[in-house]
Amino acid sequence: MPFSISLTVNGQPNSIALDDPRVTLLDLLRERLHLTGTKKGCDRGQCGACTVLLDGRRINACLTLAASLDGSTVTTIEGLANGSELHPVQAAFIACDGLQCGYCTPGQIMSAVGLLSEGHAGDDPERVRELMSGNICRCGAYQGITQAVLEAGQAISQQNRPVPAEGSENGRSAA
Amino acid sequence: MNRFDFIRPTSLADAVAAGTSPGSVYLAAGTNLIDLMKIGVTRPERVIDISRLPGLDRIEWLPDGSVRIGALVRNSDLAYDKRFAAAYPAVAEALLSGASAQLRNAATVGGNLLQRTRCAYFQDTASACNRREPGSGCDALQGENRLHAVLGWTEQCIATHPSDFCVPLAALDAMVEIEGQDGRRELPIGALHRLPDAHGATESVLAPGDLITGLRLSESTAFAAHARYVKLRERTSYAFAIVSAVALLSMDGDRIKASRLALGGVAAKPWRASAAEAALVGQRATREAFERAATAALGDARPSGDNAFKITLAHRILVRALTLAHQGTPKVLPALPASPFPDPHSPAPKGDLHVA
Repeated sequence: MPFSISLTVNGQPNSIALDDPRVTLLDLLRERLHLTGTKKGCDRGQCGACTVLLDGRRINACLTLAASLDGSTVTTIEGLANGSELHPVQAAFIACDGLQCGYCTPGQIMSAVGLLSEGHAGDDPERVRELMSGNICRCGAYQGITQAVLEAGQAISQQNRPVPAEGSENGRSAA
Repeated sequence: MNRFDFIRPTSLADAVAAGTSPGSVYLAAGTNLIDLMKIGVTRPERVIDISRLPGLDRIEWLPDGSVRIGALVRNSDLAYDKRFAAAYPAVAEALLSGASAQLRNAATVGGNLLQRTRCAYFQDTASACNRREPGSGCDALQGENRLHAVLGWTEQCIATHPSDFCVPLAALDAMVEIEGQDGRRELPIGALHRLPDAHGATESVLAPGDLITGLRLSESTAFAAHARYVKLRERTSYAFAIVSAVALLSMDGDRIKASRLALGGVAAKPWRASAAEAALVGQRATREAFERAATAALGDARPSGDNAFKITLAHRILVRALTLAHQGTPKVLPALPASPFPDPHSPAPKGDLHVA
């Protein structure tokens, strides 16, 4: 029973014919769209390596059936940078040494991007750790990861801080 | 994963009609179902995708102060809804203590109610399990069972219900709205899940085709100021409860006017502790009164294997939940929701966690 779904991935609209409804979003991204940045760790929603943004929210791609996503928008690690300019979370992971082997890193970064847009952690490292607990790092780079999320959060709020414009009392958002 | 037909109905009536056929399952987010399909525990012939059904993703406040939560509302959307979290703080705390942020963004209210046990023998298709295959036996009875049930179990099944969300829902007598072959009906959450009996281990009273469409919680302002959920896990976060407890108190000075108490991780359903509630009526909120309530809550508890320690733990966690609830609902949810350990941002309540 072949059918097709439309899926926008990293800004690119796709019409995807599915010959088998068993395909997960993770397998669709990796095997059919060749976006292998999203990793398969446990494939059971326990490790977070497959974290992507679905309609702007972080989810586990391994537990999501592609067939149910008609009309959705997905952002993966490949869609984060603006050309050669890294996303602030990517830059912070490098600056804070938030990785060792790197296998969990795309999931960690996508999860951190989701965390920062959810806006529940503030600058509290304990809240960052709790809200990143769905991403396991076997190398144990958690200290650098937590630091990276906190620093990226600061960098993003600096970017978004209103810059007073000349002749304007209220200023203007730079973002 | 076995092959299946994928069906996407556009109306509730079509969904129920499709779901009534033998071998059908409903798919919402799939955070539990897809996992079980991957390991071969659930082998549906037809998957009915209800995730796009209209009108089931809303939180509606009704004129009498009650709230109706659509079955497709995501766990995180409910927990972070400001009005909901203020009215039902222990429910929000329970939701945020469950799973991970990614899973909470996907998992739905209806799916949470119907999630399956994490008993390892249920998940292992080579093991005997009366839940997975009625009549095959229960390998957990003689197996690795330190985390299994201590209340309401039989030799047929010693599994526990894994949900955190359902524990405060049981305490608050949430009503479950169901659409079925014969139309709409509702039942209290206490009547949704079934305990195992001498013959089998049917998980719920739902019939083929029955679809949970929403939940209703009655107005409960009286309990909002003293409401806590406490959950003991084998790691700090992202783990199921070994035992958990919700305590809701309505205070009149230092006396308890009324309470609502329930335990999680101890039985095949969220366990309402009615005897303990009765024991607290009119009592002063003291450690001794909390101890007596916890003793009443666990009067019928007995180990189902190597898990006698869970009875002691459940007692302590209920006392802890009562102590924290009496101290008052925190203005800001702790960094580690439902953690039994002191919040670094607020002083620990009096009363030692480690003394029964």
